[in-house]
Amino acid sequence: MSSARDQVNRLLALVPYLQSHEEVRLDDAAAAFGVTPAQIVRDLQVLWFCGLPGLGPGDMIDVDMDAFEDEGDGVIRLSNADYLSRPLRLGSTEASALIVALRAMREGSPESSRDAIDRALAKLEDATADGAPEASASAVVEVPPHVLATAPTAAMLEEAVRGGHAVRLTYFVPSRDETTERVVDPLAVLVAEGHTYLDAWCHLAEARRLFRLDRVSAAEVLEEPAARHHVPSRDLSDGLFEPGPDDVVATVRLAAPARWVAEYYPVESSRELADHGLEVTLRVGDPQWLVRLVLRLAPHAAVVSPSELAERVAAAAGATLERYRS
Amino acid sequence: MTANKSERLLNLLILLLVSRTYVSKDKIRDAVEEYRQQSSREAFEKMFERDKDELRALGIPVEHGSADAYFDDEHGYRVARDAFELPDLQLEPDEAAVVGLAARVWQHAGLASATSQALLKLKAAGIETDREVLDVVQPRLVADEPSFDALWQATQTRTEVSFDYRRASAMTPSPRRLQPWGMVSALGRWYVVGHDVDRGEPRLFRLSRVSGDVVAHGAPGSYAVPEGTDLRALTRELQRDRAVGTAVLRLRADAAHDLRRRASSIGPDPDPHDGTEGWDRAEVPFANLDQFAGEVLAALDAVEVLEPAELRDVVVARLEGVLA
Repeated sequence: MSSARDQVNRLLALVPYLQSHEEVRLDDAAAAFGVTPAQIVRDLQVLWFCGLPGLGPGDMIDVDMDAFEDEGDGVIRLSNADYLSRPLRLGSTEASALIVALRAMREGSPESSRDAIDRALAKLEDATADGAPEASASAVVEVPPHVLATAPTAAMLEEAVRGGHAVRLTYFVPSRDETTERVVDPLAVLVAEGHTYLDAWCHLAEARRLFRLDRVSAAEVLEEPAARHHVPSRDLSDGLFEPGPDDVVATVRLAAPARWVAEYYPVESSRELADHGLEVTLRVGDPQWLVRLVLRLAPHAAVVSPSELAERVAAAAGATLERYRS
Repeated sequence: MTANKSERLLNLLILLLVSRTYVSKDKIRDAVEEYRQQSSREAFEKMFERDKDELRALGIPVEHGSADAYFDDEHGYRVARDAFELPDLQLEPDEAAVVGLAARVWQHAGLASATSQALLKLKAAGIETDREVLDVVQPRLVADEPSFDALWQATQTRTEVSFDYRRASAMTPSPRRLQPWGMVSALGRWYVVGHDVDRGEPRLFRLSRVSGDVVAHGAPGSYAVPEGTDLRALTRELQRDRAVGTAVLRLRADAAHDLRRRASSIGPDPDPHDGTEGWDRAEVPFANLDQFAGEVLAALDAVEVLEPAELRDVVVARLEGVLA
């Protein structure tokens, strides 16, 4: 059961909504407000006892009852509430959330649709000017170029998720530095750490995988339906890494300039070192990923254990150095 | 219970909204059934105070004042229609359609629901937002930094805050006091820009480095953002390490894709000096030499730096550092 505040909030939109339409099907009203038809009925029942001060017979809000008799198919008509013919103005958070979202959309959209976004923004900023003087100026979103570049792919994959279609992906695997082709059953499109991902069941790996969209060079929605997978939805708020059975636990020493690694990747444990460095243990699914990370940080990171990994780092550094000596 | 309370709140609102003048507490008590039923004046006042707060929490501007400055007992409450109602707003079909798409941009619970609530109000004003449209990109805005909500709120209300901030290379966080001017999302990360009170100048803070709670100080609206502040330009200036050069790289075919994607030009290597085939040559702009050297190193032996010499030297020195 919702609180009175939620209910009044809904009614302040529902009453003008019903008055701006001649009649509204109960189901349609429920869908528009994102609640059950039963909740709309409960909301309307509140109105039976509402109206102008004095609450005389002519003062009450008039709610036509059809809707209560024919479930779902019933039609609602509401009148005698002229004083609630407009919704409440937008609050400052509502206005700024909407305006910032539109600005972000504007940035990535082609010239042809920017015009409509600009006109909508101007009208909204106008309509909220008194209520939220700072709303429009207080947040700026620069959408990363790779997110813009992948937005059309993201939209297409979301369509495939909704329609339950399998997708053929051409995908670049960074740790192997190679491009592969595979068919996947898409589960969801997600955003984390500044990148857009497809969460999908991969037929090639026969396992659930995350695909970063800026590494997808081609995607094709197939006619064939996606197989159903009963898997829990992913929560990416703790980062993208999921422990697997073949993980290697590595100990890495980070000098002060490389300490940020402990913030960016989930570390199992960490220990302060005397020279402002950190020693961390990480669970690593793909050893090559760690080799790349350690060289990215070079010379501020070193693998302490296992020794095979330390050797791989040295071998990779040696092979790379060869390029500059030939 | 909920229904009774909803009914009472709505009748109170209608009373204050339709009245031309301020309505005194006595009149309010008379007009609303449940208030009349309260056994004592005290019980009524308590209930009324709570209801008034509920209405204000919904964003309803309940004003307190007097129509007549000389008679104290004429003090009362009202809701001014022009402050209450959404102003007239007509959207063309294409404008309404893009507004509808904005609903799915925020991937942050609070702001996603604020956007939905805004769209619901527009719908209530007779604007049909759920139309199919055009070629519009819907980026997703994520904000999962724990400090986001508090800083967003402080920015909206112009409230000074303090928090602990950890610089990239520092061991322990240090306390900061900030008058936030705005929030900026760049490269998928959120920053807050404002006047650093202790340092007496504008500063930029990355939200992921704010540790612990953000504490509000003083009243909302206690400072102003300097006129003409351009958040975008200011952020660039404060980041200080924007594009400084362009590197010329040799890339092994079918490798180093991260660098290829950022290349301003790319083509087959005109001078395969070691006789090997299948190498490309690319020009890649970069912002920070050390950081870029890290990206080159992460590509292992699939990349060789040709220019600038400074970058080449840094890469070689760092590799030698590993093998030392």
